Amino acid sequence: MSFLRNTFMNAYKGRVYPNYWDIIALLFALGAIALLAWQAKQMMVPYYLGQVIPISLDPHNLPGYALRTVSRMLIALIFSLLFTFTFGNWAAKSRRAERLIIPMIDILQSIPILGFLSITVVGFIRLFPGSLLGPECAAIFAVFASQAWNMALGFYQTVRSVPAELREAANMFHLSAWQRFWRIDVPFSMPGLLWNTMMSMSAGWFMVVASEAFSVANQQILLPGIGSYIWLAIKTANMHAILYAILTMLIVILLYDQLLFRPLVAWADKFKSEQVGEEREVRSWLMNLLHRTRLLRYIGMKFTDLYDAFVNIAIFRSRLKPNKKPLALAHYEPLFEWLWNGLVMVMVIGVIGFAAYYILENIPFADVSQVFFLGLATTLRVFILIILCSLIWVPVGVWVGLRPNVAEVIQPIAQFLAAFPANLLYPLVVILIVKFHLSVNIWVTPLMILGAQWYVLFNVIAGASVIPKDLLQVADNLGLGLWLRWRRLILPGIFPYYMTGAITAVGGAWNASLVAEVVQWGDTRLIATGLGAYITEHQAAGDFTHIALGIGMMCILVLFFNRLVWRPLYVLAETRYQLD
Amino acid sequence: MQSINNDNASPIIEVVNVQKSFKMSERQDLLVLEDVNFRMNEGEIVAILGKSGSGKSTLLRIMAGLVQPTTGTVFYRGQPVYGPVRGISMVFQNFALLPWLTVLQNVELGLEALGMDRDERRERALKAIDTIGLDGFETAFPKELSGGMRQRVGFARALVVNPDILLMDEPFSALDVLTADNLKSDLLDLWETKKTGIHGILFVTHNIEEAALLADRIIIFNSNPGSIRGELKVTLPHPRSDLDPRFRNQVDRVYTLMTTQTQAEQIEGHTPLDIGYRLPDASVAEITGLLETLNAPENNGKMDLPDVADTLMLDIDELFPLTELLEILHFAKVSKGDITITEAGKAFVEADILERKKIFLHHIKLYVPLARYIYEQLTRHPRHRALEENFLSLLEDYLTEKEAARVLRTVIEWGRYAELFAYDYNAGVLSLENPTA
Repeated sequence: MSFLRNTFMNAYKGRVYPNYWDIIALLFALGAIALLAWQAKQMMVPYYLGQVIPISLDPHNLPGYALRTVSRMLIALIFSLLFTFTFGNWAAKSRRAERLIIPMIDILQSIPILGFLSITVVGFIRLFPGSLLGPECAAIFAVFASQAWNMALGFYQTVRSVPAELREAANMFHLSAWQRFWRIDVPFSMPGLLWNTMMSMSAGWFMVVASEAFSVANQQILLPGIGSYIWLAIKTANMHAILYAILTMLIVILLYDQLLFRPLVAWADKFKSEQVGEEREVRSWLMNLLHRTRLLRYIGMKFTDLYDAFVNIAIFRSRLKPNKKPLALAHYEPLFEWLWNGLVMVMVIGVIGFAAYYILENIPFADVSQVFFLGLATTLRVFILIILCSLIWVPVGVWVGLRPNVAEVIQPIAQFLAAFPANLLYPLVVILIVKFHLSVNIWVTPLMILGAQWYVLFNVIAGASVIPKDLLQVADNLGLGLWLRWRRLILPGIFPYYMTGAITAVGGAWNASLVAEVVQWGDTRLIATGLGAYITEHQAAGDFTHIALGIGMMCILVLFFNRLVWRPLYVLAETRYQLD
Repeated sequence: MQSINNDNASPIIEVVNVQKSFKMSERQDLLVLEDVNFRMNEGEIVAILGKSGSGKSTLLRIMAGLVQPTTGTVFYRGQPVYGPVRGISMVFQNFALLPWLTVLQNVELGLEALGMDRDERRERALKAIDTIGLDGFETAFPKELSGGMRQRVGFARALVVNPDILLMDEPFSALDVLTADNLKSDLLDLWETKKTGIHGILFVTHNIEEAALLADRIIIFNSNPGSIRGELKVTLPHPRSDLDPRFRNQVDRVYTLMTTQTQAEQIEGHTPLDIGYRLPDASVAEITGLLETLNAPENNGKMDLPDVADTLMLDIDELFPLTELLEILHFAKVSKGDITITEAGKAFVEADILERKKIFLHHIKLYVPLARYIYEQLTRHPRHRALEENFLSLLEDYLTEKEAARVLRTVIEWGRYAELFAYDYNAGVLSLENPTA
């Protein structure tokens, strides 16, 4: 007990009155609570399909809009976490669930989320008739779908890699399943989960902007937020408003980064069992503030107590059951296995059969082949983009990465830019195309990779900065020429990192094709030839058969190239070019 | 302390006819424990000594209730064990501490699971921390501590639940020698002063001296499948010194017991190995080094195994694979705790680099069936090539996936050294010709 009192009192030793950090921190906390409460009220407003919610381009409204957008992000994040904890965990614990969930997530990852939006919007409006909650949910779902798969997959992988000894220790000391989950699985995967979430944020911002102003079945749905603000600005060709929106978004992402993720990442450091290599510690002024503030430290301790109580909730405690012989279920195991496999097979055949029937019944073959060629056009764009993007950013990234001082400045900027929703910048490019009468089919292409290119850059920087010093010195020592040095050392060295960046960038580009192939400025509408444009056009018309065809085709193409090109390259990078 | 070995007293733990096999494929089971029987009595420290992969850790986990035996039963104080039981506590090889919890929270973990309220939990944890000598580190995180201190946390966590029996899985093997010695003597202190309510300690180790230093009884384990080879009582009083001739004598006896062929083996010994034999994890450079030591003038081709272990600073996990390979290749003979170089071994070690390769080639073709099999398959194939997967799946009929991969890697290394065949890592292809890269 004396010990308890000691730690408790240490926080208070010296002065009893709060220091000035306390006051700042308190104001900060109160402000955050008040703003969130206001937001919750706005969401429950009545709404009917076809009703147009007035959006004003007055920049004074922007902070309010930004807040609406941010809270949509937060809500989606909470749902993504819930999904991760249930399905990611389930897949990691049960072999049967694993065989179903993991391939599902794999496929869901390759579905263009925006293409799905038209279907989910209709569904959610039916679910909450007469309330704005319907479209709100659809927007939140779009963000959720851009994050949850990635997070769940990452969580599944880390939970499976929990050391066997930790599991045995938990068994040995009779922890219940509930206690094991919160004491071992969640903390163990925390650093990876946070990093994954941070990376998924960028896709999230992109989705939230795209889904706030959305046209489905000839109806324009507008949700108050930055996305609809910029939609209106584009429609009325208001350059100033666009710049305001971009500025607001920059500030919002900066705050998100500084107030939410940096502190969390700095905090998650304690969950790492060992400091790996010379990895630089993430510092956060907010975390320091929390550490140094007496009041907040006290609150932090209360949180720990709360977490303790949560982990030890009585109903989830392990019953110390009398040492009983386990039921001889093992005997029926093959039967269960057989039944389960049969069930899955029937479901899969059913879905495929229905899809085939639906498509054959409703779509002439000519349409299918047309969609296929549109798909090839978009595929070609994606490939050219990734090559161009690599030619530019690999040399830059290596140059930066080999210079630690430069990298320290550039790396956070590249990560920051990656989080910025590139669709806000589209109007700027469109203005140029309109002004100089450039070819639409060629010049909308760069839009697809505007946001995703930064992944290539910051991954290459990371890769170049971990090339061992002694290898570089050997290269100097042997007097390797520039080309030989690149071919034998630098390119193989950054390859695994480059692959990670490139695969993420390609995924982003596919998703972006839906909004990048159809762009607008005022009354001018530029439409490129491609699958993305096809889907978007049919969405506006509410033609669900053709939407399904377009999405299906995109899915197949994405899966096909993932399996045939990207996965083998990634495996090669992981096995052959891993430096360690 | 003199052990109170009374075979008539009711045992704390009794292991009856325990077998354990893992399913390898539809038709093949891998037997890791065969017919294990023993009892652990009140007030005993028992060591289970064996090579790595001998199934001794599996046996410990079966006793802990973490793993279910395929057949047979473990009784704890007369009750069969079907899962982790209260009263049995465990210390792990790599500590198994939760890095995100402080020392205090880690120690509290087991009490938390029992649903004890906070104050009582804290009080008992602090007492255990006190006992084990961790005062002042209550708020530290495991990563701030050295290995020895971490294992102390492991001990405190195991002791705080007031166990009846303490099981330890190679508890000192992740520590350096000095730290391990320090922790061992502290543990013995605790045991002898009866500061804890423990009635028996059972630990698994591959370190002979450690077993002889701590245990009242050493149970020696066979590999493939794991079974009890023999047991040895150590009656020296504590504290034992490793310089004491009586202690050296005990160590010698253990080596002798481990290397003397049993009758069954003597009969079996003449049958050649089969393809799926679990080849020892030894490299050519290592056996060459060992042969050079043996062949040195001062040793004159014969050495005592404990001396070999001492001179070359090898523990039995490192030493026995080497001696096994030397025996397989007929380069040396091991018997009754001694190792003697053969004529072939002498010829090998005295040859130059190229000549050595020739001798080695001759011997693995003759004595290692797997190497010979691979060579024959390659000769038969029209283009003298074969995928490594073919051999891997063959081995997986006999061994676990991990062991099969290890054995194949080992034999490929020998084959490459002997220039029996070539191997392309990227393609995973074995061939007779040298790569043209």
